[in-house]
Amino acid sequence: MSDITRAEVCVTACADLFLGAGETLASPMGLIPSLGARLARLTTEPDLLLSDGEAFLLTPESTVEGWLPYRKVFDVVAHGRRHVVMGANQVDRFGNQNISAIGDHAKPTRQLLGFRGAPGNTVNHRTSYWVPRHSTRVLVEAVDVVSGVGYDRAAGPFHDVHRVVTNLAVLDFDTPDHSMRVVSVHPGVSVDEVQKQTSFPLVVQDVTETRLPTGEELELIRTRLDPGGKRDGEVPQ
Amino acid sequence: MRDKRMTADEVVGEIKGGMTVGIGGWGSRRKPMALVKALLRSGVSDLTVVTYGGPDAGLLCAAGKVRKLVYGFVSLDSIPYDPWFKRARETGAIEVLELDEGMFQTGLRAAGHRLPFLPLRAGLGSDVLKYAPELRTVRSPYDDGEELVAMPALKLDVALVHLNRADRHGNAQYLGPDPYFDDLFCLAADRRYVSCEQIVETFDGPPQTLLLNRMMVDGVVEAPGGAGFTSCVPDYGRDEALQRQYAETASDLEKWPDFYERFLR
Repeated sequence: MSDITRAEVCVTACADLFLGAGETLASPMGLIPSLGARLARLTTEPDLLLSDGEAFLLTPESTVEGWLPYRKVFDVVAHGRRHVVMGANQVDRFGNQNISAIGDHAKPTRQLLGFRGAPGNTVNHRTSYWVPRHSTRVLVEAVDVVSGVGYDRAAGPFHDVHRVVTNLAVLDFDTPDHSMRVVSVHPGVSVDEVQKQTSFPLVVQDVTETRLPTGEELELIRTRLDPGGKRDGEVPQ
Repeated sequence: MRDKRMTADEVVGEIKGGMTVGIGGWGSRRKPMALVKALLRSGVSDLTVVTYGGPDAGLLCAAGKVRKLVYGFVSLDSIPYDPWFKRARETGAIEVLELDEGMFQTGLRAAGHRLPFLPLRAGLGSDVLKYAPELRTVRSPYDDGEELVAMPALKLDVALVHLNRADRHGNAQYLGPDPYFDDLFCLAADRRYVSCEQIVETFDGPPQTLLLNRMMVDGVVEAPGGAGFTSCVPDYGRDEALQRQYAETASDLEKWPDFYERFLR
C-alpha cells in the first residue's frame, strides 16, 4: 500500500467529515472534498444527498433524483440539513474564514469572491474547510475579513465548525476555548511541520496519524471517482 | 392585452443617472447582456447596481457606470474572479454593499412583499454587518428572544432580466435548469424589462417554467443571443473563449479598448 498518495489520504479524510451525516445535503466545494463526499456516499453514508453543482440532485449513477436550484439551496441552508466544505483564503485559530478580500475591506489589496454564502452557511449548519496548501499565509492569527463565522463570535444556536482538512493534517476545534487542535497528521508529516506552517500555536495532544484509505476506497477513488488522477494535481505528493 | 415590445435602447432610455438597477441571472449565467450592452453605450452613470455579479458587474465597473455595487459575490464561474470588479475594488473606485447570498435573496423578497425588512440568521457574527453599519438586527418578540439580522428591502428602480422565451405581453419562460432569482428582481422593481431569445405567440413546455407573468413586466425585448457570452441553456452554453478574452484583455489595457468595441457591436 506504499503507493498511496497524499491526495488519496486527503480524499478519505474529507469522506470522514461526513461520518454520521445520514440524509443530509453534502455541499463540497472543490475537487478533493467532492471526491470525499462521493466516496462517503459509496461507503459509509449511502443516504447523503449530492448535487451536480448546479440545479440537480444526482444519484451515484448520475441519474437525477431531485431539483435544487440556488433558491432552494438557500432553503436547505436555513433548514439546516446540510454540511458544506468550503475553501478558505484565510482561516484563524477559532475557525473564522475569509473568502472576501485581503487587506482593508474598503479598499482591499486583493479583492476575492465576496462573502458568498459563508456567513449563512456557518450560522445555519455544519461547516468544514479544505485547504490544499497549508501555510502561514492561509492559517493566520486573524483573518482580514470574517466571511465564515468562528467560535469566538456570537453566532447563534446552529453554529458548528467541524473540521479543517489540509494537505498536511486534519484539525478541529474540540478544545475548551475552541481554538484549533491537531487531530491527525498525514503519513510522512510531522506535528512540527504542521506547526511551522501555521501562524498561531496549535493545540497538540493525542495526535494520531491520518488513516490510510482502505483497499475498497482506493479502488473506488482510482477506478470510479477519479480515474484521470486529477486529485494529484491539487495535492502533489 | 398590451403589446410591450421595445428595443434595448428604448429600455435604457428609461434609466436615469442615480437609479438603482437590479440585474438578473447569476455569476456568468443568463445575464441580460444585450441590455447591459445598451447601458454601456448610453450616457447613464452614477448607478447603484444590485446583482449576483458576473461580467455584468465587471463591464459596468469598467465603463465607469457604477457608483455603488450591491452583491453577494462577483465571479465568472469558470474563471474565479472578475478582473474589472477586482480593479474597481482595489482602486477604491466604487462603493459597495457586500452581502451574504441568502441575505441578498431575502432583501429582494422583502422588497417584493413591500416589507421594510425580513429576519434571517445569515450575517450574524460575520463582518457583513461591520462593513455595512446601516444593517441592523431585530429581536424576536416571542419567548425565544432570538436576535436576527433585519435584512432591509432591496428596492429597485429598474430590473433587467433575460429569459429563453417571452410573449409580447410580458409572460416569460426559462427553459434551463434554474430560474435563478429573475422573478424576485422583477417583484422588487418599479420598472421591469425582460429580454428573451425569442418572442413567441404560445409557449411550449410545462406551465411551471413560466417564471414571469405580465403583471411583473413592463417591456419585452427580443434579443437572440442576448445573454452571450454568459450561458443561456438550452439555447446555448457559455462562450468560454470570449469570456477568456474578456478576462485577459482586462489585464492588458492596450488590448482592452479593441475588445470592448467589438463586444459592444
